Amino acid sequence: MSMSQSYDRGLIEDFGRWREFSAGMWAWIFHKFTGWVLVGYLFTHVAVLSTALTSASADPATVAANQDLYTQTIRTLESLLVVRVLEVGLLAVAVFHILNGTRLLLVDLGIGLESQDRSFYASLILTGAIVVASVPTFLAGVSL
Amino acid sequence: MSTQRPEPETETESAKTDAEAAEGAPKERRLDEKRRRAEERERKRVEEAERVAADAERYHLKVFRYDPEVKGKQEPRFDDFHVPYETGMTVLDALIYARDEFDASLTFRHSCRQAICGSDALFVNGRQRLGCQTQLSDLEQPVRIEPLPHQDVVKDLVVDMEHFYDQMESVEPYFQTTDRPDGELEEQRQSRENREKIKTSTRCIWCGACMSSCNIAAGDNEYLGPAAINKAYRFAMDEREGDEMKRRRLEIIEQENGVWRCQTQFSCTEVCPKDIPLTEHIQELKREAVKSNLKFW
Repeated sequence: MSMSQSYDRGLIEDFGRWREFSAGMWAWIFHKFTGWVLVGYLFTHVAVLSTALTSASADPATVAANQDLYTQTIRTLESLLVVRVLEVGLLAVAVFHILNGTRLLLVDLGIGLESQDRSFYASLILTGAIVVASVPTFLAGVSL
Repeated sequence: MSTQRPEPETETESAKTDAEAAEGAPKERRLDEKRRRAEERERKRVEEAERVAADAERYHLKVFRYDPEVKGKQEPRFDDFHVPYETGMTVLDALIYARDEFDASLTFRHSCRQAICGSDALFVNGRQRLGCQTQLSDLEQPVRIEPLPHQDVVKDLVVDMEHFYDQMESVEPYFQTTDRPDGELEEQRQSRENREKIKTSTRCIWCGACMSSCNIAAGDNEYLGPAAINKAYRFAMDEREGDEMKRRRLEIIEQENGVWRCQTQFSCTEVCPKDIPLTEHIQELKREAVKSNLKFW
């Protein structure tokens, strides 16, 4: 029988399979996702702050009075609830990426491979705990 | 077909009692009629109970079907089979029953039935498993049986294994050495420790479950895949092959489509029916490759 006759199920078979994923696969997906989010954040961060950095050439009195563009930009951003919530999200993404990165480092060194699923769950739980604990700090003094 | 049950032989008996009753007194006839109806009810009740009991002991299989050679079967579909359950029945047993009793055209590979030949790796309830090694009682119904994902389907549950075998061959899956012992009749001895080290890697049965579960192998046909890398590990770590051969083996597995494609998703390790720690072996080969390349001078 020739290959061309065989039925290639293509990509369609993969959709819906996520329900059958195991720990290692979820860890991989979350690691990729958080990695891209962090890359995206890094570029946004650099773009926003560098465009706000006109204070260097500004009048020292304006800077002293906190009326320069940089301070104004930061204050405006920090007064927005959505920015505060996004900051909590950023922390969650960063913490998971760090913890799972450590897990992957151990996997690369061949340490504790038989408990790789448990270390993934531990990363998740620890991320959750740190994020929950950070909420009061991040949302302090923001007005709705 | 075994779904049909033999008819109970009450028909002729009731016919006889009818005939006798017709000759008797009206009262007796009425009583006979009453008794006959009671018997009929009882018979139906027992039959119903038997049917319910029999269905409870049947396993519902949903089996992937596809046959490019028969018009009308070229569109993939799922067929339902209700197989009578026996204690200890495996997925393969159920498939064999379905083929022998219900549909002789149902096609799947199997041979030894004891997890050694590696021909019946299937995708059962969303996971790569050996049909002969998987108890029906461990599965939720309906039991969904599909051919291995990420391989071309030839017919029904049969997939094209050629690519998998090509990858296996590419790592030279056989013992070779330039490091022969001095004497003509000298044995090539292996230490107990070394044997222990490669023990699990020798258990591969070439079923292809790991390759099918691997997300990377699915997206990149050039990737050697877990089975081939494990096979390379089995010989690279075998001290009898000698250092020169080990270097050559590391050269093969550290190529672009070798060990570095592995992203440690552990899918292969999860599904391996022989419990080979595949990810561990791949990771160890990565470290070996780095060690042989890193020079601090």
